[in-house]
Amino acid sequence: MTSATVPGRGSITWTRRRRAAAAVWKQYWSSTQGRAGLIILILFFGVALAAPLISPSSGLDVTQADGPILHAPTAGYPMGTDEFGRSIWTLFIWGSRVSLAVGIAATVVAVGIGTVVGVVAGYAGGRTEGGLMRVTEWFLVIPFLPLAIVLASVLSRSLFTIVLVIGITSWPGIARLLRSQVISVKERTFVERARALGAGNSRIIGRHILPSVMPLIFANLTLTVPIAILSESTLAFLGLGDPLRVSWGQTLQASFDAGATSLGAWWYYIFPGFGIIFVVLAFTMCGRALEAVLNPRLRDR
Amino acid sequence: MNPPPSPLLELHDVHVSFTAGKHARSGSPIARAVDGVDLSVDRGEIVALVGESGCGKTTLARAILGLEQPGRGQIRFDGEALPRSSKGLRAYRRRAQMVFQDPTGALNPRQTIYESVAEGLRIHKIDGDEEELVAGALSRSGLRPPEQFFLRYPHEISGGQRQRVVIAGAMALEPALLVADEPVASLDASVRGEIIRLMLGLVEQTNIAMLVVTHDLGLAWNIADRVAVMYLGRIVEVGPTEQVLDAPKHPYTEALLSVVPETKRMEQQILQGEPPDPTRVPEGCRFHPRCPAFANGEAARLGIAARCESEDPQPISVGPNHAAACHRNTASAAEPPGTAHGT
Amino acid sequence: MSAVEAAGTRGGVGPILSVRDLHVSYETREGPVPAVRGISFDLGPGETLGIAGESGCGKSSMAAAVLRLLPPEAVVSGEVRLDGEDVFAMTPGRLRAVRWTEAAIIFQGAMHALNPVWKVKHQIGEAIELHDPKAAGKTRARVDELLEQVGLPARRAEAYPHQLSGGQRQRVMIAMALACRPRLLIADEPTTALDVMVQAQVLALLAELQTDLGLAMVFITHDLSVLTSCCRELAIMYAGRIVERGPSHQVFVDPRHPYTRALAAAFPTVGDPRFRKAPLGLPGDPPDPRARPDGCPFTPRCPDAQSECSAEEPNLRVAGPGREAACVLVGRTR
Repeated sequence: MTSATVPGRGSITWTRRRRAAAAVWKQYWSSTQGRAGLIILILFFGVALAAPLISPSSGLDVTQADGPILHAPTAGYPMGTDEFGRSIWTLFIWGSRVSLAVGIAATVVAVGIGTVVGVVAGYAGGRTEGGLMRVTEWFLVIPFLPLAIVLASVLSRSLFTIVLVIGITSWPGIARLLRSQVISVKERTFVERARALGAGNSRIIGRHILPSVMPLIFANLTLTVPIAILSESTLAFLGLGDPLRVSWGQTLQASFDAGATSLGAWWYYIFPGFGIIFVVLAFTMCGRALEAVLNPRLRDR
Repeated sequence: MNPPPSPLLELHDVHVSFTAGKHARSGSPIARAVDGVDLSVDRGEIVALVGESGCGKTTLARAILGLEQPGRGQIRFDGEALPRSSKGLRAYRRRAQMVFQDPTGALNPRQTIYESVAEGLRIHKIDGDEEELVAGALSRSGLRPPEQFFLRYPHEISGGQRQRVVIAGAMALEPALLVADEPVASLDASVRGEIIRLMLGLVEQTNIAMLVVTHDLGLAWNIADRVAVMYLGRIVEVGPTEQVLDAPKHPYTEALLSVVPETKRMEQQILQGEPPDPTRVPEGCRFHPRCPAFANGEAARLGIAARCESEDPQPISVGPNHAAACHRNTASAAEPPGTAHGT
Repeated sequence: MSAVEAAGTRGGVGPILSVRDLHVSYETREGPVPAVRGISFDLGPGETLGIAGESGCGKSSMAAAVLRLLPPEAVVSGEVRLDGEDVFAMTPGRLRAVRWTEAAIIFQGAMHALNPVWKVKHQIGEAIELHDPKAAGKTRARVDELLEQVGLPARRAEAYPHQLSGGQRQRVMIAMALACRPRLLIADEPTTALDVMVQAQVLALLAELQTDLGLAMVFITHDLSVLTSCCRELAIMYAGRIVERGPSHQVFVDPRHPYTRALAAAFPTVGDPRFRKAPLGLPGDPPDPRARPDGCPFTPRCPDAQSECSAEEPNLRVAGPGREAACVLVGRTR
């Protein structure tokens, strides 16, 4: 495969990582699904990040709104206006920041807890595993909505609460998945070889187990984000979100309260709705494409 | 005059048991995988541990490497008992290494050859230029030029080359003892000779002690100085290869040799059934229910049948450095051993 | 007169299996990969043929080709006749009828080929009922009969595969193969993963069945020493072709092809002092079907390679009575 030129010692690992990443990228990009999903995501993230440049946040201020009330889309207001005269377009792009941020934050929490629990349970076995799995099952059984309502009323209604709620209810699934994967990797001969060479537990987990399950974590991550975004939208729609923050779900709730459906102000709910749909779809497509790329690796040729 | 140095590895009455099933409850059957083994391996010596699956040889090998804890008995390495602390075990692992049966599974598919070989060096923080050490280990394993293999992955090289990588990884630590579990079983037949040659060369060059665990008597004949035959957790015969494999003194060894297709023409003694599992070790001599010498009346003729059923035989010396755990070889047997078997 | 004797010598009744110039290659993204490159042989009723070769030599592809069990990306040419009938010309219906009733295969890794959630009796029964739906009532009796034939107690029919040992599972596979009373049995590495004693039991069983039922057998393995005891004729495969053929004992003891010599040496005779501390192996590895060198594919590893060997691939030539070998050195004094 390679010729005799050899990079220096530490950079062999980096060369390998770079090459592996390049191979993954190439295969990912060859999938239409993956390409489409990624492009859509780049668009949405780009808009979300560029929000202050596109449309100043003053546009969210109800007191400064000066547009026509509940007006259909026009050149000046590409997505129409709400009942205060604010541009829905402004609400849309600023709302996307919250929806995406909460989605990602909640996923990070869920995957973080799930990975730690799953890997420890799978690797340790015995009573530790048993105990952790009981805890996992307990959390798995908790219904999402009642917990959200309870927590929202007990804690302050903020983005932090939402992230917490989504994180707590999402991590068990990941933990179980990882645990079974860790158990199967743990039995592989190369892990025993590492032990025979003298590696301690942390080295085995860090250098052999985690890299083997990392692709699974990654694919799972991309599929958990859309779920988190949907959950956030649901909570916000039900009025459990942060009332001061505009998000797509919150916009949907506002449109409902304003009676947009009966008034025929379709632009009020269609755009945020499509926003959610497209982002969720894009993440799912990316996740599927990624899974397809990484799965053969999991089977290890 | 100094006394001869004691063997590098000594096992005294080693027992390793498992409770069958994950959660031990009182009354769950205990599998006596290793049931009282004495063995020694010297520097520069190759000992073959031979037996069928379920005889406990792999468990014994793992116990020697500290991967299993013996319930009873002692394992001494270089005069000292095996450490039990994780720190002690790590230091021990520098000196006792393992080669695995399946070289494909033994290498992390995500790591390059370089990293696989460097793994041991990094764990033990060996001094020196890592690249040079890795190149040296690969080269001594027959993979030349070594640089060519640095960035390759396990799936890009052949089975024989993979086994060389595993051997290189083990030898990079310059161990005093190498335990090889079926080192050539997964390899193509025409490739085996070269790996065996490599192993013989390593012993010659480094005076390493080697324990080869295998079911392949041909391999034992090829490579070993001494052979120990295991059955159901016990060593039933041990001695120099020429003695054990050419003039066996235990009925199990005789039967094994008779069915190995490569043996010189011998009348086949195909034992019935399978070896009983280690949770149900027979009373008396554990081999007697399947023993051809017992079944065909030879034991009765020798007057030892009752002992075969009730008394667990201890290893009895039958030659220089050669012992077999069979009642036939006791002085009280009616006929001298050696006349009773085969044609 | 035993069934084997009744089957007679070749030519008396016509071969049960006749293979002519069989080629199998696989379509891959990098182009066609040839696995079998022109194999021809005959097998008479009740005869045994051993085929020895290592990974990549094409032996498993050849076995699958006989019953058209190759994957869709395989390209096959040549002729295979089962009891005179052209296998590649059979309609799918006829092929299904023929599979298992005329010829049965025991695959490599057969022990893992058992369905883990079905009891043994159902798995064997399935083979029976697929070919004879009317036999439904008598299936159990036949299953018991088969188990007895392979040396398993009848109550084993109630077991699940994981409750059986490796040797017992292999016997179940053999019982399944015999379910429809085939006249030809193709065994692809049937004893590879088994212990030496269990292997001896299975080999003895196969020999017994062969005599009792007059089965013709093709025995494929990499373990040359096993073949000498159970097969009358031996063919050695390398890189998709047969490189030596002849009576098994002669081929093993006095090989005419350098590869056969090396393969035989890989199984040292226990008790022979020549093999003590003297491993005999070949450098390099069995050739990758994707990248075969020109000329004789054995040249890179051959201890007796001549200059002409890399130019042209030698065909099989007569190397003695009933013996052939594909080597330029055949017939020359060494």
